[in-house]
Amino acid sequence: MSITVVQEPEWERQVDTEPRPTRLLMCAPTQYALRYEINPWMVLENQPDLPLATRQWQELYRILTEQVGAQVELIEQAPEAPDMVFTANAGLVRGRYVLLANFRHPQRQVEEPHFRRWFEENGYHVQLLPVGCKFEGEGDALFVGDTLVAGYLKRSDICSHRHLSDYLAVPVLSLELVDDRWYHLDTCLFALSADTVVYYPGAFDAYARTVIQNHFETIEVCEEEALRFACNSVVIGNQVVMPAGCPRIASRLEARGYRVHSVDLSEFLKAGGAAKCLTLFLR
Amino acid sequence: MPSEVVSLTGHIIDSLTLSKVLDIILRDGGQYRIRRFEIGETRNDTSHAEIIVSAPDTTTLERILHQIGQHGAERAVGEAEVEPAPADGVLPAGFYVTTNLETHVRWKERWIPVEPIEMDCAIVISGNPGEETATSVPMHRVRRGDRIVVGDRGVRVTPLERLEPTDVFSFMGSEVSTERPKERIIAAIVQAMQEARDAGRRILFVGGPAIVHTGAARSLEAIIRAGWIDVLFAGNALAVHDIEQALYGTSLGVDLNTGNHRAHGHEHHLRAINTIRSIGSIRKAVEQGIVTRGILHACITCGTDFVLAGSIRDDGPLPEVITDVVQAQDAMRERVRGVGVALMVATTLHSIATGNLLPATVRTLCVDSDPNTVIKLMDRGTHQAFGLVTDCEFFLKELAARLPGVIP
Repeated sequence: MSITVVQEPEWERQVDTEPRPTRLLMCAPTQYALRYEINPWMVLENQPDLPLATRQWQELYRILTEQVGAQVELIEQAPEAPDMVFTANAGLVRGRYVLLANFRHPQRQVEEPHFRRWFEENGYHVQLLPVGCKFEGEGDALFVGDTLVAGYLKRSDICSHRHLSDYLAVPVLSLELVDDRWYHLDTCLFALSADTVVYYPGAFDAYARTVIQNHFETIEVCEEEALRFACNSVVIGNQVVMPAGCPRIASRLEARGYRVHSVDLSEFLKAGGAAKCLTLFLR
Repeated sequence: MPSEVVSLTGHIIDSLTLSKVLDIILRDGGQYRIRRFEIGETRNDTSHAEIIVSAPDTTTLERILHQIGQHGAERAVGEAEVEPAPADGVLPAGFYVTTNLETHVRWKERWIPVEPIEMDCAIVISGNPGEETATSVPMHRVRRGDRIVVGDRGVRVTPLERLEPTDVFSFMGSEVSTERPKERIIAAIVQAMQEARDAGRRILFVGGPAIVHTGAARSLEAIIRAGWIDVLFAGNALAVHDIEQALYGTSLGVDLNTGNHRAHGHEHHLRAINTIRSIGSIRKAVEQGIVTRGILHACITCGTDFVLAGSIRDDGPLPEVITDVVQAQDAMRERVRGVGVALMVATTLHSIATGNLLPATVRTLCVDSDPNTVIKLMDRGTHQAFGLVTDCEFFLKELAARLPGVIP
C-alpha cells in the first residue's frame, strides 16, 4: 500500500488565536477485565476489582478535566475488547490525521474497528499502515518537541517508524526496547518538555540509551518506581499526572517547578497500564 | 561466500540503527560492504543505505539477516515473480535463464534451492503451498500453465568460491595454453578422480573417435575395466570405429598395429555397423561373443553406463545411437546427476553439449590437440573447464599408467 504524504498539514495551517485546552481520548472501564496474558503484568488469577478500577479511572478523569484543564473525549468500551480502556494504543494523532494502530496480538486487534469508527465519526482522516507492519499508537510513539521518539521490537515493528516519518514529515528516533516488563515506549519514557525526557534506562538497549542522551536532557527513574509505572505519566503544560507510589521522581519534578498529581491506578497496573496508557492525545 | 543485499531506511544515523546493524553483522560472523548511502538532506529527511551482507555459509547469513531484519534491514530482493507458460515448450517472455551455478529462489519468504543446477534452463515452481520446489527445466520440457520464474527478482546465484591454494586444480588456472607441465596436470586429474570416488561422486568420460584412430582406445578400455568411469558419452563415430577395431583391427581402414591402410579398409566401418544392426544391438553383439574387445565391450561387460548421441553425418547409425537430439540431450541430462569429475577428450560437439548440462562445481578437464576446442567450451559457458592441449593418446596412456588398478 502507499501512504499519502500530508503535504500541507492542517495543524500547521491553523492559527492559534487563543490557547485551546489539550484534548484527550479516554474509555471508561465498563468491560475492563483480564481475559488473557500478553505481558508479564497480566496474571489471570490476579483479576482487577472492577468497581475499584472504575473509581480509580473516574479519579484520573476528574484530575485531568478539573485540575489539569484537559478536555476529554470518550469512546464506549466494546464488550469483546477488555483492553480498550488503554486508548493510548489506538493510534497516533496529529491535527485531523490519525495513523491507526496495527496491534501485534489478535486479542487486541478487535479494538481496531471500534477506534477507526470513532475517528471517522469525529472527522479524522484515518491512515492505515501495511498489514504486516505492527504499530501500537502512542504506546510506542511520543513527541518530544517536534521529534517523534518511537519504540520497537516488543510491540511495534521498526518498519512503522519509516511510515510515521513519511506521513508526518518529522524526524523519528527509533529506540529498541529490551525488557518485556516495559513493553511499550510509554511505560519507560515520557516527555517532560520539548527537550527533556524522563526515562528508565534499563528498558532500552545501549544504542537507544546513547540516542536518548545525545538528543535530550534526561531524568532517570529508578527501577523501583519504573516498576510502579512512574514513566506512564501524562504531562500537560507544567502538570504531571503520575501513578501513585513514585515519590522520588515526583519530588524531583516538583523541584523543577512541575505540579505532580498522583493517582492510584493499582487495578490497571494488573494489566500493565497506568495514566498514560489510559489517555490518547488528540493534538 | 553467500551474500545478500539489504536496504535500511529511516533516521538511521540519529537513531544509531545503521551502527547497530553493522555491529550485529560483524558480531554474528558476517561481513558487510555499504553499496549505496544517501543521507537525508534535512532533519526530517530519512537516510537510505544499501548493504551487502556476506557470511561464511547460508545458515550464518540467514541468522544475521533475521537479526538485522528486526532492526529494519530489509532484503532488497523481494519475492520471485512467476508467469504461466503460454503453451507446451514455450516460455513466457522475460523468463529467467539459469546459470550453471548454485541458485536459490525467494518464494513465500523462504529460499528454495533450484535443482538440478543446469545452465540455459527456465525455473519452474511447483508443489503444494508451503512445499513448493524450484526445478530447472529445459524449454522443450515445459508444459502449458507451468509457473515460470520471470525477471531476476528474488533469484540468488552463489558464485563459485575461489579454489583453495591446496586444491589440485588451483595451480592450473583457467587459461588455455600449450605450455603446461602435462604430467603434473595428469597427476592432478588422478587425484581429483580419487577424491571424487571417495566423496561418492561419479566420473564422466566424454570422448571422440580420435581416441580410436590414435590407438588410445586400449588405454581407455583398461581405465573402464578398472572401474574408473561411471558413464560414457560419445557419438556414433567413437562406437563405430571401436567396433570396427574389435572386428577388423582397423580404424577408418587403418591397421592400428601397422599404421597401414588395408585393402577395402574404408568399407570396414560400414560392414561393422551392418553386422551390429543385423544382430540388433551392440549389447547383443557383446553377449553373443561377436564383439570381444574395445571400449563399448568394456562398458557393457563392466556395467558402465553410456549414451551415444547421433548427428547428421552419421553412417548407419548403430542401434544404440539416439538420433533424436532432444531425446539424446534428456538421456545425458539424467546421467550427469552426481558427477564430480568430467573428462572431455577429443570432441568439440559432445564436450559443449555435456558442458551445457553440468553444474559449475564439476571439475572439468578438456583434452584436445586443438586449443580452440577448450576456448569454444569456455565461451559457451563452461568456465570451470581446464584445458590441456595435447594428443589424446599421450593423455590416456599417462592416465592409465597413473590410475591405481589399471592393467594396461
